[in-house]
Amino acid sequence: MNLRQLKQRFLLHLDPVLLSGLAGLLLVSLLTLYSASGGSGARVLAQLGNIAVGFAALWIIANMPLHWLMRLALPMYVLGMALLVGVALFGEISHGARRWLDVGVANIQPSELMKIAVPLMMAWYFERHEATLTWRNHLIAALLLVMPVALILRQPDLGTSILIMASGFFVLFLAGLPWRIIVSLIVTAAASAPFLWHALHDYQRQRILMLFDPSQDALGKGYHTIQGMIAVGSGGLMGKGYLAGTQTHLDFLPERTTDFIFAVWSEEFGFIGSLLLLALYVFVIGRGFFITANASTYFTRLMAGSITLTFFIYTFVNIGMVTGILPVVGVPLPLVSYGGTSLLTLMLGFGVLMSIHTHQRLVKT
Amino acid sequence: MIQKVELKNNQREIHFFRQRLFMGLIFAGLLMLLLLARVFYLQVLRHDHFDTLAESNRIYVVPIIPNRGVITDRNGVVLARNYAGYTLEVTPDNIRDLDHTITEIGKLVEIKPKDLRRFKKLLAERRSLQTLPIRTRLTDEEVARFAAQRYRFPGVELKARLFREYPNIEMTSHLLGYIGRINQQELDELDKNELLANYMGSEYIGKTGIEQHYEKELHGVTGFEQIEVDAGGRAVRMVSRTPPQSGRNLMLTIDAGLQEVAVQAFGDYRGALIAIDPASGEVLAFVSKPGYDPNLFIDGIDTESWDALNNSPDVPLNNRALRGQYPMGSTIKPFMALAGLHFDTRSPDFSISDPGYYTLQGSSHQYRDWKVGGHGRVDMFKSVVVSCDTYYYGLATELGIDRMHDYLDQFGFGRRTGIDLEGEVQGLLPSTAWKMKRHKQIWYPGDTVSAGIGQGYQLATPLQMAHVTATLANGGVAYRPHLVKEVQHNAPSVPQPLFDLKIPAQHADLIRRAMVAVTHPGGTAAGSFYSAAYPVAGKTGTAQVIAIKQGEKYDENKISEYNRDHAWFIAFAPADKPRIALAVLAENGGHGSSTAAPIARKVLDYYLLGKRPQPLKRARMSDEAEGD
Repeated sequence: MNLRQLKQRFLLHLDPVLLSGLAGLLLVSLLTLYSASGGSGARVLAQLGNIAVGFAALWIIANMPLHWLMRLALPMYVLGMALLVGVALFGEISHGARRWLDVGVANIQPSELMKIAVPLMMAWYFERHEATLTWRNHLIAALLLVMPVALILRQPDLGTSILIMASGFFVLFLAGLPWRIIVSLIVTAAASAPFLWHALHDYQRQRILMLFDPSQDALGKGYHTIQGMIAVGSGGLMGKGYLAGTQTHLDFLPERTTDFIFAVWSEEFGFIGSLLLLALYVFVIGRGFFITANASTYFTRLMAGSITLTFFIYTFVNIGMVTGILPVVGVPLPLVSYGGTSLLTLMLGFGVLMSIHTHQRLVKT
Repeated sequence: MIQKVELKNNQREIHFFRQRLFMGLIFAGLLMLLLLARVFYLQVLRHDHFDTLAESNRIYVVPIIPNRGVITDRNGVVLARNYAGYTLEVTPDNIRDLDHTITEIGKLVEIKPKDLRRFKKLLAERRSLQTLPIRTRLTDEEVARFAAQRYRFPGVELKARLFREYPNIEMTSHLLGYIGRINQQELDELDKNELLANYMGSEYIGKTGIEQHYEKELHGVTGFEQIEVDAGGRAVRMVSRTPPQSGRNLMLTIDAGLQEVAVQAFGDYRGALIAIDPASGEVLAFVSKPGYDPNLFIDGIDTESWDALNNSPDVPLNNRALRGQYPMGSTIKPFMALAGLHFDTRSPDFSISDPGYYTLQGSSHQYRDWKVGGHGRVDMFKSVVVSCDTYYYGLATELGIDRMHDYLDQFGFGRRTGIDLEGEVQGLLPSTAWKMKRHKQIWYPGDTVSAGIGQGYQLATPLQMAHVTATLANGGVAYRPHLVKEVQHNAPSVPQPLFDLKIPAQHADLIRRAMVAVTHPGGTAAGSFYSAAYPVAGKTGTAQVIAIKQGEKYDENKISEYNRDHAWFIAFAPADKPRIALAVLAENGGHGSSTAAPIARKVLDYYLLGKRPQPLKRARMSDEAEGD
């Protein structure tokens, strides 16, 4: 095997289109992290390490035949559930939430695992019952979704539970959840809202109101949103220039390497920069849709569609939160925010996408 | 067959799936557009708004308070100055248990009951988030002690700043006034005049006197430092600095030495003295006795000291020179004589035989001369020298009140002099029209008679009397009395005459000679000016405080001190080439000759001869006309 062949073998299961989109976003991540951490290279190096790990995971998953992945669905899900129950019983409390489980070697966050495991499990389930799909199957799939989501919501981790809920819902939706059920769910939720509201305690209502009106809590959670909006808005058309964002560099912007990193980027690069970043996301999501549309099996279609749409929701919730159209729920900007776990999960997802794309191509040829 | 069905199903499946996927695509696309619109709204449409917010986030404007201008006398003697010191300031809104905090502070730094009372008063009047001084002028030891324990007192600050000080205390209190903490009313006034920005950070403002009138010059222009701060409020760097412009120093026309001599000359008497340079209107001495300690007012006076000042029967807070209105008594006579000459009612040679009283035609009421039995033959010259009342009763009656009013009005009686101080009152120069308007009464001939010797409705301030005396000394050329000789950075202004009465030289000369004779043997002030080394033109006066009934005699010993007559003396010297004109009023001093004139002598001796006051040698009583 010569070098050329080796290279080909290595690249065989990578999708260059999707990969270039991811590279673009990761580049944005490194640039912005450098600025957001006040010009210190430590964060950038750490993120480079995270990227390396993430890429390795992506490569491994992408080279994995799909039936291997399907075989993993049930064990992963069961393990994830077990860990979630473990967290609920013996989890480490950090920042008022019980999310981590000490497994001796390292602290792990099982909810991250579930981001992949839940849609995988549901897609696998639907694939198994493809021939004889009834509403019963939808109901069971919904249960498979609701159980982990409920556990994660209890931790409490609103951001992750929203993302998992969304990923699972997309599987249901793409699997053909009947419209009348979707509509009746929406109607039921809307109709029960006033009663639920009535049943809430005052302080609970206050919390919900604060989610929607940050100025009510200008020094607490609202402070994040207000400073985020100021950073974004003061960027203007062209931005304040790289490393010159005042909101960023004078500490006004909280969580600027993680949840609010979009504000750092758009403060320094302006509307033009925001447009470029959104375009990168549209590119990646668009490629995801393309791969989904061309997926050959029921399982891969559901899996690819769920991964793509979840990635979109990830993006939308984060940017919507930073720009003040959504409440602050603690969702990082995918691929750009600092953090190894979320990056790893995302790269795994894209690995699955690439696997779906390339193995199918091989089957065809 | 089976194959076919499955294939068909699969195709329908894919078709159905793609429908769903397309919906997802539309969903994602719409929300992406929403994000794009939102970002466009924030970054393009509302950019200015958020840019302002970002700027105000990061830029903190710190005012730099300018140093207040120093006030000196005409020779550079400092009358109001600034010195650096420490004060302990409290922000009550940031302190949970104020009483406890104050008790704790008291263990480190002495807090006198006086400080506490003042603090309580300020506390009641404070604006929100204002800082209030609990102690001023800390000693170095106290500063060190508090600084070491500072961390225990959030909301309490040690501030280094400049303090205003008036080293001459009572001597210059009515002249300089004082500065004090800015109150709400003054804030509103500043706001109205769009000066609020210049007072950002300023805590003091001129409240009375020179400090008030020249507030604009003395305050200076506030500077600003724009400091970039981070979210924790820590200064990161200075963006820009506009240095403050110090307040301008004022050089007064006052001669501090003269002022001191004048204050001392009063002894225990209450009253006022104004000395003016007749050639320019420069006020050389501005005394109102008693004074008070203006330093008490700077950081808010405590209630006890305030009550003591406010309720004192001597009314030390009243600026008598500027706001005290007194009947001018016989000091009006030289001006009456000029009116007589002006209207040709009297010639210099015309003389009367004074029986010691005057009666109006068809009346038996006797208007008494101060000298029982009268002065015998009295012409104009003698009428001034001996201060003959009878002469002026007749003159006034023949002139009539309205002609008197018109002539004296030109001199400046009954008008504000326009001195550079706030709150000057105008005195009173009556006329028939005035009486009708004010009292709804016609003018009676008897009113005119007593007006002739300055004992009717007329009222004058000591400042006014000094001003008209200076004008008289100048032969009718008047200058506006003023207290500031030079404002730093301003070109010194050459005083321009206000008006010229063009008093005929022989008239002016006659009156001057007569007034000089007043200070010589036979004159009413001879005793006080015994062996003066310069010619003095003077006139005594006595202003009645209570009316003496017909047929009764004024007995100084029988009436209470505060009802005794006020003593006046006006003078200018040297008489032939006047360098100083003055008016002295000694409240309840009795006769002008015995209390007011000696004060004038000391002042003139100092100013013209550089002589520090020493006990005056008394002339023999027999030589002296005792009258007013």
